[in-house]
Amino acid sequence: MAKRIDVSGLTAYYGSHKAIDDISMTVEPRSVTAFIGPSGCGKSTFLRTLNRMHEVTPGGRVEGKVMLDDENLYGKDVDPVAVRRTVGMVFQRPNPFPTMSIFDNVAAGLRLNGSYKKNQLAEVVERSLKGANLWNEVKDRLNKPGSGLSGGQQQRLCIARAIAVEPDVLLMDEPCSALDPISTLAIEDLISELKERFTIVIVTHNMQQAARVSDRTAFFNLAAVGQPGKLVEIDETERIFSNPSVQATEDYISGRFG
Amino acid sequence: MAITTDNAPAPPVAGKPGATSTGRAGDKIFLGLSQGSGILLLVIMASIAVFLTYRASLALAENEGNFLTTFDWNPAGDPPVFGIAVLLFGTIVSSIIAMVIAVPIAVGIALFISHYAPRRLAAPLAYVVDLLAAVPSIIYGIWGALFLVPYLEGLNSWLDEFLGWTYIFEKTEVGVARSLFTVGILLAIMILPIVTSVSREVFLQVPRMNEEAALALGATRWEVIRLSVLPFGRSGVISASMLGLGRALGETMAVATVLSPSFVISLHLLNPGGGTFAQNIAAKFDEANELGRDALIASGLVLFVLTLLVNGAARLIIARRKEYSGANA
Amino acid sequence: MSNVIQDATPAQAVTGPGKDTLSQRHLPRWAPAGFAAVSVALGIGIGAGAGLQSRIQWGLISAALFVVISYVVTSTVENRRQAKDRLATSVVWVCFLLAVIPLLSLIWTTVSRGMKVLDAYFLTHSMAGVPGFEAGGGVYHALIGTLEQVGLATLVSAPIGLLTAVYLVEYGKGALAKAVTFFVDVMTGIPSIVAGLFILSIMLIAGLAPSGLMGALALAILMIPVVVRSTEEMLKLVPNELREAALALGVPKWRVILKVVIPTAIGGITTGVMLAIARIAGETAPIMLLVFGSQLINTNPFEGAQSSLPFYIWEQYKVGSEASYDRAWAAALVLIAFVMILNLVARGIARWKAPKTGR
Repeated sequence: MAKRIDVSGLTAYYGSHKAIDDISMTVEPRSVTAFIGPSGCGKSTFLRTLNRMHEVTPGGRVEGKVMLDDENLYGKDVDPVAVRRTVGMVFQRPNPFPTMSIFDNVAAGLRLNGSYKKNQLAEVVERSLKGANLWNEVKDRLNKPGSGLSGGQQQRLCIARAIAVEPDVLLMDEPCSALDPISTLAIEDLISELKERFTIVIVTHNMQQAARVSDRTAFFNLAAVGQPGKLVEIDETERIFSNPSVQATEDYISGRFG
Repeated sequence: MAITTDNAPAPPVAGKPGATSTGRAGDKIFLGLSQGSGILLLVIMASIAVFLTYRASLALAENEGNFLTTFDWNPAGDPPVFGIAVLLFGTIVSSIIAMVIAVPIAVGIALFISHYAPRRLAAPLAYVVDLLAAVPSIIYGIWGALFLVPYLEGLNSWLDEFLGWTYIFEKTEVGVARSLFTVGILLAIMILPIVTSVSREVFLQVPRMNEEAALALGATRWEVIRLSVLPFGRSGVISASMLGLGRALGETMAVATVLSPSFVISLHLLNPGGGTFAQNIAAKFDEANELGRDALIASGLVLFVLTLLVNGAARLIIARRKEYSGANA
Repeated sequence: MSNVIQDATPAQAVTGPGKDTLSQRHLPRWAPAGFAAVSVALGIGIGAGAGLQSRIQWGLISAALFVVISYVVTSTVENRRQAKDRLATSVVWVCFLLAVIPLLSLIWTTVSRGMKVLDAYFLTHSMAGVPGFEAGGGVYHALIGTLEQVGLATLVSAPIGLLTAVYLVEYGKGALAKAVTFFVDVMTGIPSIVAGLFILSIMLIAGLAPSGLMGALALAILMIPVVVRSTEEMLKLVPNELREAALALGVPKWRVILKVVIPTAIGGITTGVMLAIARIAGETAPIMLLVFGSQLINTNPFEGAQSSLPFYIWEQYKVGSEASYDRAWAAALVLIAFVMILNLVARGIARWKAPKTGR
């Protein structure tokens, strides 16, 4: 399942504003890669270019190549819908479909992609909810609206929804920033389990979190407000947090930034 | 906020007691005024019901026919006979036709403006739709009578030819297209802007993150709309439709100009004839004596109740869906 | 790519098209335009060939063809999901065109036919002494009637509506506020002719004669709920911090409302009132029942019959001669202009004076 992502020379714009400039990196399969950096450095924008969600924002435009194994996501005949189906995403704030039940939320992606028999669907939903460590909490109320869950549960519901369609890559955009510490811990545990099956990329503002969950860490920065964000370095998490090769990274990590 | 020194019971602390006493009087007056307006509003509503019922009862006492089943409107006759059967039928049928045509199209246009139109087109379009919602109904009326009716001849004969077997589209009487069907189309055109305008606003309120949730699952644009826009907007569309239905039920001028009225009930919708409450009031008012006016008031009371029911139903539907509509934003 | 493929049951669904590869065959970007051109051509061809006279039929045939062609071609070249998406897109476009055509035609007809007799003479003369079926005469008396009736209705309904809205937003709690909110909604749905009949029943009981005032009262009933609703919305937009800041200074509540809350929202309130005026200015039915109509100039709204613009249009339409139709269209143009100008100005005010709360 899990695939390697190979980005080369990627630049993204909002209208005429260049948001990130000339980024190249490789993300290994079955690993967790964390993006850290100050606000506005383009790490979320970059994440959204990895499943072509960037271009749904008005004026959003991308140049460069993103190879998923041997296919370019920005190739000529590539269908963005198929890309997003293969590269799943979890957002900053939990966003279950408010009018749908828990079951339907998880099944939503599957139903888009073909017809399922009822018991097949139930099987996948159960597997996904178990995969998101949510099954035991919700198995008795699968028909209740998903918006009735707590924030942390909602976020795990969103993860279940994303993994139900068996994507190759899972992108997470600050998935814990709206959650309390206990829910955060639950999600972090989940991430460590999920990396057995998926390639995971996570954007986070919390450096301890990056240190805890990720195998590799990429540090993004921008020269000044209004300047495009750039990739400063990407390396093993351990090295980034102990002995980074660029001074700016060390300044940021040790809090001596700005 | 003058500092008043007289009748201060306690030693004045920086003139505060004086200030509060004028404040309190002002507060009382202001609260009284605003509360009074609210109560006045309730009184108006109550008196509408009471006065209409009273005058209607005068008319019903004189009526020799059955008010609900009589196919005639002759309060000046001897004995006076009038009934609302035809009007009720015509009002409901024309409004249903209007809803069947207008609501899907309005939802389509609302989606077009909110999700499909090129950005540069969307804002002016929304503006134009809002302006069209303000066009007075009498203008729709004369446009319908002088322009639309002749244009609908072809469509009518076509429907008769190909869909005549459905009975409702069979045209058994000759005559211009001044039928309930034409009225329905005109009403549809008339309520289109208001239904569109309200629906569009609801569609634009769909939280961005709900749409992104669908997109990130690999949904096409239509699937995004089906998964997140329509469920979110459903109660809004229902209330918009009810607003439109209310207008269609009570519309006077657009119907009065287009319909050639007659006191028959026919399911052949293309045949000229039929009538609606409001149209009948407009048509019969000039020649009505006092009993005639009371009889019209009686029919107006039925219309009033009908619109109340529609509004109440809309309110219920929206209230019931509320638990679902609350995105955890 | 392992566990799912080996798993026999879900495989059939999971390995749909587009799972193995991200790319697929695409229709060119100009495809929708091409479909449209082909269907319009076919529609015209079929329409003309079958001898259908009405352009409406040609249009409907083209529209149906467009939807069908888009779906069929897309489902053969791309896939079923894309085809559904394309179907939705084409249906939405067709809806838009279907609706735009009659609405544009309405505006176009009114403008083009209204220009025929609309001139300074038309605006400054009444119908006194002009037989309905002959050319001549004007709309002056109706203009006066409309302005006076609408003015009176505004004088009655604006304060009531405003105060009710203040009550609902600033004081409203409990059963009374709930009842008022509910009945404001109900009142919004009252058909204009019912409002007219209500005033009529009062007139019958009290033995009052028709006059501009009676019409204005019926219009006020229609206007109050609109004013309440829009004012309520605007007052709710005033941030609570403003109120609290003023209250914390020891200012009594009524002065906070008068000096802080209402001034902050005044732009929006004005807009709401003007939109409400625009809405009632076109009402015909109450005028028909309560003001009776007149060919003469009557500047006194409290006594005697008056005319009004919408009533004048109705009257001229009923006469049924070419000359009276011309006058009806011209009056319609005047009425539309009046309503549109009110709308544009109101929206302009809303934009300029929007509460600057950094929303």
